[in-house]
Amino acid sequence: MKYIIKKILMMILTLVVVSFCVFLAFSLIPGDPATRKLGTEATPELIMQYREKMGLNDPLLVRYFRWLISFIKGDMGTSYSYSVPVSSMLMNKLPITLTLGIMSFVMMIVISIPLGIYTAKHENGYIDKVIVVINQIIMAVPPFFSGILLTFLFGMIFKLFTPGGFVSYTQDMGAFLKYLILPAISIALPKAAMSTKLLRGSVIAEAEKDYTRTAYSRGNSTTEVLYRHVLKNAMIPVITFMGMALADMIAGSIVIEQVFSIPGISRILLTSISNRDYPVVEAIIMGIAILVIVTNLLVDIIYRIIDPRIETME
Amino acid sequence: MADIILDVSDLNIEFHDHDKPETVVFDFDLTLEKGEIVGIVGESGSGKSMSALAIAGLLKRHALTKTGRIMFDGHDLLTCDRDTLRSYQGDEIAIIFQEPMTSLNPVKKIGWQVEECLRIHHKDMSKQERKEKAVNMLDSVGIHEPEKVYNMYPHELSGGMRQRVMIAAAMIADPQILIADEPTTALDVTVQEQIVELLRKLNREKQTSIIFISHDLSLVSRLCQRVLVMNKGYVVETGKTEDVFKRPREEYTKRLIAAIPKIDI
Repeated sequence: MKYIIKKILMMILTLVVVSFCVFLAFSLIPGDPATRKLGTEATPELIMQYREKMGLNDPLLVRYFRWLISFIKGDMGTSYSYSVPVSSMLMNKLPITLTLGIMSFVMMIVISIPLGIYTAKHENGYIDKVIVVINQIIMAVPPFFSGILLTFLFGMIFKLFTPGGFVSYTQDMGAFLKYLILPAISIALPKAAMSTKLLRGSVIAEAEKDYTRTAYSRGNSTTEVLYRHVLKNAMIPVITFMGMALADMIAGSIVIEQVFSIPGISRILLTSISNRDYPVVEAIIMGIAILVIVTNLLVDIIYRIIDPRIETME
Repeated sequence: MADIILDVSDLNIEFHDHDKPETVVFDFDLTLEKGEIVGIVGESGSGKSMSALAIAGLLKRHALTKTGRIMFDGHDLLTCDRDTLRSYQGDEIAIIFQEPMTSLNPVKKIGWQVEECLRIHHKDMSKQERKEKAVNMLDSVGIHEPEKVYNMYPHELSGGMRQRVMIAAAMIADPQILIADEPTTALDVTVQEQIVELLRKLNREKQTSIIFISHDLSLVSRLCQRVLVMNKGYVVETGKTEDVFKRPREEYTKRLIAAIPKIDI
């Protein structure tokens, strides 16, 4: 319990630091939301007037705390460029990005766990050798490139979907998910390859340890030793990796959404950055930061469940 | 002659993981009677642990060849199929190791590990019965508050306690043979004494035959009725412990005995 409170306090502190950094970054880079909004033709008086109205002339700290207080109250502010509440802008895009992220995460797990176990069990077998090579190749290919390849292959050659097409989840849930499969694959593939490699190595290393000899001496078969003894130990480093990968995949989906023209968060994020639309960018960054922190927290909790040694180390 | 329960003859073990095959055990012979404690002594690399692992069926099948016979219960453990071998492992032939710190699975509860042989070999036993047996077993190997230890993890116990847990796990299915592969080497002297005393007690109470492997001659002389002396893969001398220690015939045995530290006061 004390641990959870400590973690939550750390999380709040992290969010404050992250949000301040975003503010600071925007004040350091050139560009002004007022000129973006009103255009370069606008008179200096008009720009002055707008800046005054939006509170852009106040010092950085004042602006930051004003934003922070309203954010704590649950008000994410209004977009400078579109003059609509940030929350309503993000609300209908968020499910798209989240679905994509979760789909790729699930794919990574579904691919890598069975494959990692299989290749470890049949180390140096024919299939293992093939998979090790394929893994190496997949790890070297960035998601945007495999995304382009997949679009070309399934969209232009097999004509299984329309490249650039998209169906919103509000219209047809099934078609929506279908359109997300390929993007999810391109995000998941390199992570799945890494996770397979990690799990394979971890299982092989654990299988060399003394306790497996004990397990054999009690009459366990190889399969039983693997599932009853080795796997739980071998999963410990893999879970850390998967936690980091989840955060990475959500961030990675920003690029992939561009490649597959998916109208998720990424499009808003990119336009908001170039328009210097602080409230929108802040909201999205905070969302990503919260996600990363919560994932870390979950990984920590899962750790404690799997590895009884951790608790006493504190 | 009393009941011979294990008969090892002409056991040779040869490794192939280097360019040149290397034989580590030559013509090893051992008979074990019911309720007997036999010691195998020798320095590191003499082949004593290899022989023990072969009897326990724990030498991996790759990278080495084994010839000879290990007869147990009418089967040759070297050539029988894996299922037959597994049906004996843990149930009739149990083993404890030198490294109590690493021989237990770090992420499983003590109770789960102690019960494992019952779960594998006595599937008809209910959960309740298994737990009861495990707690009793922990109690009889001298663990205080066995109910509490049942729910603990290995890292919460000391080395001596872990070795007791290993013994409890090995003995839970009442095996006919317990192989103790340097069970006290990693423990400090007072704990060594307690473990040896515990093995002696289990041997007396359950009539379990014990193969006790050690390089500690004084321990072996106090615990074992018979002893095999090994050197460089060969059994150089064998006989009743008393005879071997009082009237060693081989030069090697004499030197080993001379090397026992004596305390002069």
